[in-house]
Amino acid sequence: MPYIGSRVKRKEDVRLLRGIGKYVGDIHRPGMAHAAILRSTHAHARIVKIDVAAAVKLPGVVGVLTAADMSDLKTIPMRTGVIPGLERSQQTPIATTKVRYVGDPVAVVVAENRYIAEDALELIEVEYAPLGAVTDARASMQPGAPQLHDATPNNIAANFQVNVGDVDGAFRESDLIVEEEFSTQRHSAVPLENRGLVAEWDEGRGLLTMWGPTKMTHTNWRILSELIGLPQSSIHFIEPEVGGGFGARGEFYPEDFLIPFAARHFRRPICWIEDRSENLKAMNQSRQQKHRVKIGVKKDGTIMGMDAEILFDMGGYTRTHGGVPAIAASAMLRGPFRVKNYRCNVFCVLTNKTPVGTYRSPGRYEANFVRERLLDIIAHRLKLDPADVRRRNLIRHEEMPYDLGKHPFHYMVYDTGDLPGQFERALERFGYEDLKPTCAAAKLEGRAVGVGIGCFVETSGIGPWEYARVEIDNAGTVILYSGCNSVGQGIATALSQIVADELQVCIENVRVVHGDTAKVPYGNGSNASRSTVMAGSAAVGASRKVKDKLLRLASASLEIDAADLILRDGRVVVRGAPERSLSFADLARLALPGPALKSGISPGISEEDFFATDKRPFPYGVHVASVEVDKETGKIKILDYLVTEDVGRKINPMIIEGQMAGGLAQGIGGALLEEFVYDEDGQPLSTNFMDYLLPTAMEMPKAQFISTEDFPSPHNPLGVKGAGEGGITAAGAALANAVSNALGVEVKRLPLKPDYVLELVKEAEAAK
Amino acid sequence: MSTRPIRLTINGHEYARQVEPRKLLTDFLRDDLRLTGTHVGCEQGVCGACSILFNGDVVRSCLLFAVQANGAEIKTVEGIAPNATELHPLQEKFWELHGLQCGFCTPGILLTAEALLKETPNPSEGEIREWLSGNLCRCTGYQNIVAAIQEAAKTMNGGK
Repeated sequence: MPYIGSRVKRKEDVRLLRGIGKYVGDIHRPGMAHAAILRSTHAHARIVKIDVAAAVKLPGVVGVLTAADMSDLKTIPMRTGVIPGLERSQQTPIATTKVRYVGDPVAVVVAENRYIAEDALELIEVEYAPLGAVTDARASMQPGAPQLHDATPNNIAANFQVNVGDVDGAFRESDLIVEEEFSTQRHSAVPLENRGLVAEWDEGRGLLTMWGPTKMTHTNWRILSELIGLPQSSIHFIEPEVGGGFGARGEFYPEDFLIPFAARHFRRPICWIEDRSENLKAMNQSRQQKHRVKIGVKKDGTIMGMDAEILFDMGGYTRTHGGVPAIAASAMLRGPFRVKNYRCNVFCVLTNKTPVGTYRSPGRYEANFVRERLLDIIAHRLKLDPADVRRRNLIRHEEMPYDLGKHPFHYMVYDTGDLPGQFERALERFGYEDLKPTCAAAKLEGRAVGVGIGCFVETSGIGPWEYARVEIDNAGTVILYSGCNSVGQGIATALSQIVADELQVCIENVRVVHGDTAKVPYGNGSNASRSTVMAGSAAVGASRKVKDKLLRLASASLEIDAADLILRDGRVVVRGAPERSLSFADLARLALPGPALKSGISPGISEEDFFATDKRPFPYGVHVASVEVDKETGKIKILDYLVTEDVGRKINPMIIEGQMAGGLAQGIGGALLEEFVYDEDGQPLSTNFMDYLLPTAMEMPKAQFISTEDFPSPHNPLGVKGAGEGGITAAGAALANAVSNALGVEVKRLPLKPDYVLELVKEAEAAK
Repeated sequence: MSTRPIRLTINGHEYARQVEPRKLLTDFLRDDLRLTGTHVGCEQGVCGACSILFNGDVVRSCLLFAVQANGAEIKTVEGIAPNATELHPLQEKFWELHGLQCGFCTPGILLTAEALLKETPNPSEGEIREWLSGNLCRCTGYQNIVAAIQEAAKTMNGGK
């Protein structure tokens, strides 16, 4: 039975269940010191003076570093999401003359242990001259607002437009035009493991070793080389276990420079593990966008055109993701619907808050909320069923591949699928039609029960390439060296399944190596639901080359035509004569340089492959939610929830459903609970888990997750579409629509915390 | 800084050490004894990743000082499995039912679940969710964790 498609138990799990997996905080090096980072307490200020004298004198302190100790500081470059103009507001790894958010690094203390390092932080005196903070994106663009960066007038880090079709003409032909403003709140990935790094400088060999970089190991390897002035051959990155990523972990952060710099400076191995309040101020935040959207429709609900303005709140600097959330929102605001005429004006705006990056389904979670709300508003105005408005506009199977029209920074051709079919099956499964009278009956009893839909198309499998090398070792073990990374998602298991099927070996005999720059020369990492698509496809290519080599070796040794040989159970077997065979270990021995060179075969069994594509598979699906709103407390109870998603082909259904369930939990958190609140001076008010609320087991409903493989993607040999983000992407949309339906009002912003819900309840009562 | 002697039992082994009075029990386990299976997620007593069994009760090791553990009997994740080759039924079911992804919260959740099953051998789904409400998991959405605990309970009750 093939491994692909099976619910294979994960290879990663036993060590994690036994507590013997090594996360970065578990790594211990001889003579290791510990770092702590002094962070700005002001949201926007000029640094007048830093006095570290008392801290340096504290017993146990190894030393203190500020910008003055680092010459030729460069800014951290964007690795993606590059929009012209954004480069003007990139961040230096440590504040030089100004701080621009509470949490901006100002000094690094290195001490014998973390306790002493934290003691020393309190002894550093920094004199700040406050410059006045601006925390709202629209206010930040106004003349007279405090300017964060000299090079970006009006705090507009970048601005771009999308123009498809004739929007003005479309509005002239519309029967109804609706214009609304929506906003989504600042929240983010918040993985359970805080960030951390261990850096060690080998003075004798001139070698810097780093444990901890993940997600984009090879990208960060290159960035560090450029920033610290060491060739890549002098830097070795090793990826340990990783306690969750979701977009935010593993980007090149200021600390990714500061910690190796300190290790080299003090000639000590240095460990830095941030604490949670630091994490909630320093790690990338996301999701804060304001959308003003005008949509024109015919009486039957047919969408004629859309005109949008998006304000993307960047925080204090441009980070490695550049403008990805703004690009993705402007690209995917049309979602699964036929919108022939579309215009979008996007502003990336700086504010005195923690800088932002991506969070699982960046820009799409926001855009789905906005669009799906608009469709419901249209349905209400036209007195149509929200489902019928969607039916009218969903892109049909026969229209695939569907080109949405040019976007300056985003690939825009949907590959394949039957969106209306998926939609109908989801509604049927959820019992949508039956729920309508149920909700109406509950309303007659004075209860607020409602149902909401959120349709989505996700993006996945971003290129442009991925690397794989497959080798056979002396014991016959198959080793895959992959350019992707683990963020806890189970990628080693999925890749093992693919390789085991290609080479017909037992999955226990496959080992996956990733995230080690000494063993894997190239990689584009794990992000944008790309690992199975890109790394999986590269693994197929390398496996097939190894298969060829195995057959050639066996053919020469057995003196049998390669066409008469097959792979079976870790052996090359003569077709029809299974007693004549060679094991992979036998063949590895034949491929050793001694025998191989004699017989004129290139030594070793080691084959590389790159999988390259600029196209992307687009998974799609539907969220449906039913909720009851407690009109007294403003609490929302999720009564039922369904997520469906077409993923093209399932490598491991268990892992896919796990991704959907985990995504949904985060989507519910974003819709109902999670928010980084700042006061008007830019002070963060959500710096612990009492104030930043993650969903617990009590908030999570027992939900249904249906993944389908109706339409394999034509863009890769496996037919897969990335499955990491469908579970989260339309959760804000479906829940906001369900709450709107329950109360008979229009939700315009997230999160649906009790105070906002009670406002909505009041609005509903006033409208009666 | 001055130190104090402590003596305690962890996973059946006795340890005698000198510790600074301000050292957290978590840091003592992780840094002094290198029992790094106990994870630190918040140091604020909220996330539950550092949960251990302390004289049989689930406690957060980030909220205790090591000196407070003098004389205590502690179980950490490293002590759950019966031996180096077999797994505890909870570990088996978490593996089989995909009750973990990144694995960072898992040690604290396993110990919390073990204490629950000791107190309530046949917990309902609601009881499990309530017990777990002090343990944050950011990856799984909890559904498979709840199912794994239910299935482990069945195994531990002899398949009943």
